[in-house]
Amino acid sequence: MQTEELLPAQRADLLRRLVAGELPDARGRFGPFGGRYAPETLMPALQRLEEGLQRFLKDADFQAELGRELRDWVGRPTALSPAPTLSRRWGATVYLKREDLAHTGAHKINNALGQALLAKRLGARRIIAETGAGQHGVATAAACARVGMPCIVYMGAVDVQRQAPNVERMVQLGAEVVPVKSGDRTLRAAIDEAFRDWVSDPNGSYYLLGSAVGPHPYPLLVRELQSVIGREARAQFIERTGGLPDAVFACVGGGSNAIGLFHPLVGDASVELIGVEAGGRSAKLGENAATLATGRPGVLHGTYSMLLQDKEGLVQETHSISAGLDYPGVGPEHALLRAIGRVTYVSATDDEALDALRECCSAEGILPAIETAHAFAGARKWAATHPGKTLLIGLSGRGDKDMPTLSQVFGGAKKILAEAGE
Amino acid sequence: MNPPQPIRARDKITAAIRKTTAAGGTALVPYITAGYPEKDRFIATLKAIAGAADVVEVGVPFSDPMADGVTIQRASHTAIAAGVNLRWILRELTAAGPFAAPIVLMSYLNPLLNLGYRELAAASVPAGVCGFIVPDLPIEESADIAAALDAQGLALIQLVTPATPAERLQRLCAASQGFVYAVTVTGITGGAKELPAEVTGYLDRVRALATLPVCAGFGVRRAEQVRNLAPHTDGVVVGSALVEQLESGGDPVVFLKALRA
Repeated sequence: MQTEELLPAQRADLLRRLVAGELPDARGRFGPFGGRYAPETLMPALQRLEEGLQRFLKDADFQAELGRELRDWVGRPTALSPAPTLSRRWGATVYLKREDLAHTGAHKINNALGQALLAKRLGARRIIAETGAGQHGVATAAACARVGMPCIVYMGAVDVQRQAPNVERMVQLGAEVVPVKSGDRTLRAAIDEAFRDWVSDPNGSYYLLGSAVGPHPYPLLVRELQSVIGREARAQFIERTGGLPDAVFACVGGGSNAIGLFHPLVGDASVELIGVEAGGRSAKLGENAATLATGRPGVLHGTYSMLLQDKEGLVQETHSISAGLDYPGVGPEHALLRAIGRVTYVSATDDEALDALRECCSAEGILPAIETAHAFAGARKWAATHPGKTLLIGLSGRGDKDMPTLSQVFGGAKKILAEAGE
Repeated sequence: MNPPQPIRARDKITAAIRKTTAAGGTALVPYITAGYPEKDRFIATLKAIAGAADVVEVGVPFSDPMADGVTIQRASHTAIAAGVNLRWILRELTAAGPFAAPIVLMSYLNPLLNLGYRELAAASVPAGVCGFIVPDLPIEESADIAAALDAQGLALIQLVTPATPAERLQRLCAASQGFVYAVTVTGITGGAKELPAEVTGYLDRVRALATLPVCAGFGVRRAEQVRNLAPHTDGVVVGSALVEQLESGGDPVVFLKALRA
């Protein structure tokens, strides 16, 4: 396990192998990152999952079923929308890849549907999932209802509070939602608890992990299922403009929407890729979730990647206004993309994200999720120093779920409600 | 002719268990989370327990103990809040040793990785630490740490579970050092109220493959269970039940002695 900086020749070779589809390797490694750090009880189940993935992702029947469901049920392809007002204001040409228009309102459904179909083929009896913002939980609950499988969603008690609308959606879709009161009571504790459930029933249960993290083969599986975003966006962009964007932006928590958008573009050397992490309240350890910017390599939730940790190797508590980015780790492929310099990772603070959210609402008539708003904040900042460029922003999800937080921060409806009550 | 080899730290673990089994007994391997429930009582508690045990497992508290049930989770979070960490544990052990039983550290991988494997191995010897159990480190990922520990004669103890397929079981038994840790239940620590009926057959299979002693753990809490397991195992690991005793102010030595009764 090497943690030192990579040499230029190693970087070039790793990029070549990534583009050639050789990473992760047979051991689940993206260069130095990734791997499978799981309890012994789960090793046979992870092996079976890997075999199932290799078999079904290449299987024509499975791909046909997945493609059909993505079209007929999810509503793919999602639109590529020009953003004329933002373009004018920022002095750039801005396009948005509209994952907010996918069924259940975010990119999460691409992965949840794919894995639910896989779980069914692998003979699972029940599905376990974790959720932070609730988008993965809602997507999993919906996908499980669609394929006819019972579903249990672990959600941190803090997130249950701040994403209440999504809790109700999950319940209506037939999922059992379990609030997690241990640990930090957010996404990280929910993943711990989902693993504990899975350890207790590794044969009958399927763990439907929602981000590009976890032990091999999850980072590969999630990337493959989310890459539909980047493949579509690339083709749509060429069709619309005759070329590729100069820069592409996505928000990064665990990093599933970002890897889905970036991965098909990694081989396009002219395209600058920029991931935007949660800068939270400040750059101080514990006040943000900017793992790639300020973390060190470490092992959490089964993978060796960048990690926010203290000097004793204990995982650091994080802060972000967005539950979906509030995670101290990040997918191992992002750690590699950073190490080889192919993707630049920056951060946007809570306040910058909220500003960007408001701007997107008023300029384009689209309410993005607070997570997604981080990508807009990063893009706006970049555009200010790179005039006249063409930008593509991954609009990973819609912001309806954020109403409790937005009401609290902005209170826009308060006056109207008071008036109506008079 | 080879010069006489000094006894390796990991052989002390095996020898301590064999000494008890040779006398017809079942070895007792109690687990405590370091510095819990009271940080100041760590060494005193450890000394008392070491006097009543064959090997002692000391838990390094981790922020995300994903293989542990509620008891060890609670112990870990409380100990971390009190300032317990790997460096502190190694310092305390070094200052207070030697102990009446060999010590094994149980730790998730990240604190060990963070310290650095070579520094870890070097600091373990004067601390009386003879081996490591790392619940989130499968054998496939263990080459680096195993090499560093081996250089100091320290054990990397492998866990096997009821879900482990036959071929893999053989590989893990052959690779383990000190003893083979046979997880009795498919689940997390402290979870099961009763051990599954098929546990004895499983332990017999593990024992048939292992040249080292086999210790059974996860969900062992009562003397009657120890008696039932005794013909099928060389030792038992007792964790959550002991931690609960310590939490409620019970005497750990009385509890451990009663388990052997």
